[in-house]
Amino acid sequence: MRPIIKTIIITTGVSLFLIYSGYLYSHLPRGEKPLNTLADQGKMNWQKYNCGACHQVYGLGGYLGPDLTNTYSKKGADFITALLKGGTPVMPNFHLDDSTIHTLVSYLKDIDATGKSDPRTYTINSDGSIQQ
Amino acid sequence: MEVSSNNKISGIFIVAALVLLGVGMLFGVIGGVQYMIPGFLKDSFSFEKARPLHVSAILFWIILAASGALFTYLPKHTGKKIWSPLLQKIQLGLLLFTVLAIFISYFMGWFGGREYWEFPPILSLPITLAWILFIINFVKSLGGFSKQPVYVWMWMTGLLFFLFTYLESNLWLIPYFRSNIINDMTIQWKSYGSMVGAWNMLIYGSSIYLLDKIGGTNYGRSGMAFGMYFLGMYNLMFNWGHHIYTLPTYGWLKQISYFVSMTELFILGRIIYEWKKTLSVANRLGNHETYRFILAADSWIFLNLVLAILMSVPGINVYTHGTHITVAHAMGTTIGINSFLLLAFAHDIFSGDQYSYHYHPKGFNLGFWLANVSLLAFWLSLILSGILKAKWQMTPDAERIPFGEMMIKMKPLFVVFGVSGMVLMMGLLILVVNLVRNSKRV
Ligand code: HEC
Ligand code: HEM
Repeated sequence: MRPIIKTIIITTGVSLFLIYSGYLYSHLPRGEKPLNTLADQGKMNWQKYNCGACHQVYGLGGYLGPDLTNTYSKKGADFITALLKGGTPVMPNFHLDDSTIHTLVSYLKDIDATGKSDPRTYTINSDGSIQQ
Repeated sequence: MEVSSNNKISGIFIVAALVLLGVGMLFGVIGGVQYMIPGFLKDSFSFEKARPLHVSAILFWIILAASGALFTYLPKHTGKKIWSPLLQKIQLGLLLFTVLAIFISYFMGWFGGREYWEFPPILSLPITLAWILFIINFVKSLGGFSKQPVYVWMWMTGLLFFLFTYLESNLWLIPYFRSNIINDMTIQWKSYGSMVGAWNMLIYGSSIYLLDKIGGTNYGRSGMAFGMYFLGMYNLMFNWGHHIYTLPTYGWLKQISYFVSMTELFILGRIIYEWKKTLSVANRLGNHETYRFILAADSWIFLNLVLAILMSVPGINVYTHGTHITVAHAMGTTIGINSFLLLAFAHDIFSGDQYSYHYHPKGFNLGFWLANVSLLAFWLSLILSGILKAKWQMTPDAERIPFGEMMIKMKPLFVVFGVSGMVLMMGLLILVVNLVRNSKRV
């Protein structure tokens, strides 16, 4: 392969990648959203207690526990609060105080409002692509 | 060109990496037991500690071993010594310090980051710094870029993209990027998807170097090698959307990834086509440990690529996503491909003339076969549990049993998973111990 061809292929690829990245950073899929302080604290607590090691959001995370994307609308705030206070046979009791639990519930509410992670809600097109 | 004054620090990278592999597998086995016995160590060492300890130790095994191999093969390729052994030492010191800090923070339950990098984000600083030193040392040791074979390009690509994607994976620290979960996860998986491609570039680069060296061939300069490299590079840059097909993000982003992912079919076709050739080289070389692992990795590449291509079709991914099929893919590739190639490098490096290599063929055979056979059971048990979970996910609400009950029903598969995981650990530990014992320099 001639060196000039290699240079062209690499430069094109890297330029496309940088443009693609820059475009995504400046045009985030849901646009620029104001920070919901309570939910954001919940997100930080989610990371602080590493809930994601056992739970998925939109199917991504650890797999020992269930996906929590739409738990808020399915089970409600009271159920989540009670569960977090007691733990379960698998999930430890993190001994969280009420305000921490409140932030976590707000976070789950925020996630719930962004869409559905349930695979049953998708239709599959004949070319293998999907639609919700 | 052989340089015999191969430096000592490169070997220490590999030894440190091997120790982390051993430690990482131990935490993996604890996680496996937590699957078999729900609630095991729930109050003292629960899954939110075991999992990140496992995954982070394993990530650093891959990163350190890939760095050690690069530092060994680069001077052999250029015929010159590594530019700065001091920078190498600082890089190693920074990384080991960070690994220790990460372990302590996980044990204490201090998290703060996210998947794969769950430690407090401040620890990203020494990792980034170490990587920048690595790049400087690489560029200075290399000398120049003209007329370099494909593996040098692959190393450079891996080094730069790892830096880029690692920084990108920290963008969530800026509220603009994290204020909406869809925005946040899009960027998170953009970075993670490409990051895996980056370390694959480092590892595949070294394996091409090694194959050319032991086979006496010049594949690294062929048009085919560059063609495959470009295909890999475009995949690294644009295929990451297959991780988030079910995330309600841009549709065109998924279409691009779907299309780019399917180009991997060429790679699959080529592997099948080249298989005979690989086998004939193997026959010529006999039974060297290095070649045995390369050959094993070849078979695992085939199995995992078939699975990966299937999972990259959105209509199939809808079912496999969120199940243990994802874990089968993640561990199948990081063990069967990455770890096996890295073990091939370790055997090659420690059988070099600077090391006192006394190998026990019986021990090797035992470890090698235990690892391969158990990995197959391990991988299949994860795929089967994934299929069962996929069926559960698709069941209408009225007929669906609760999550906890579903997990109990899958217990027989988790027992296969956990037990084969233990055997896998034992097999690889035999090899790790043997390698570490053989790492003394003469
Ligand atoms: C050690 C693993 C583990 C960790 C860590 C964990 N969970 Fe759980 N969680 C579970 C499991 C497993 C269940 C399902 C109930 C069961 O089988 O015990 C569950 C259930 C839940 C549920 C109810 C889901 C439903 O649909 O019924 C919520 C809400 C929840 N967890 C939130 C959290 C939050 C918030 C955190 C972090 C503070 C967290 N979990 C950390 C394992 C874990
Ligand atoms: C070379 C050896 C190994 C490597 C490279 C490796 C790699 C990985 C990786 C990359 C993940 C993350 C998966 C994901 O996010 O989808 C993971 C998860 C995991 N691994 Fe391993 N692993 C190894 C050995 C083992 C062994 C021996 C066991 C023992 C059973 C094990 C048990 C687990 C468990 C339980 C998880 C978490 C799965 C979940 O999220 O629910 N691993 N491993």
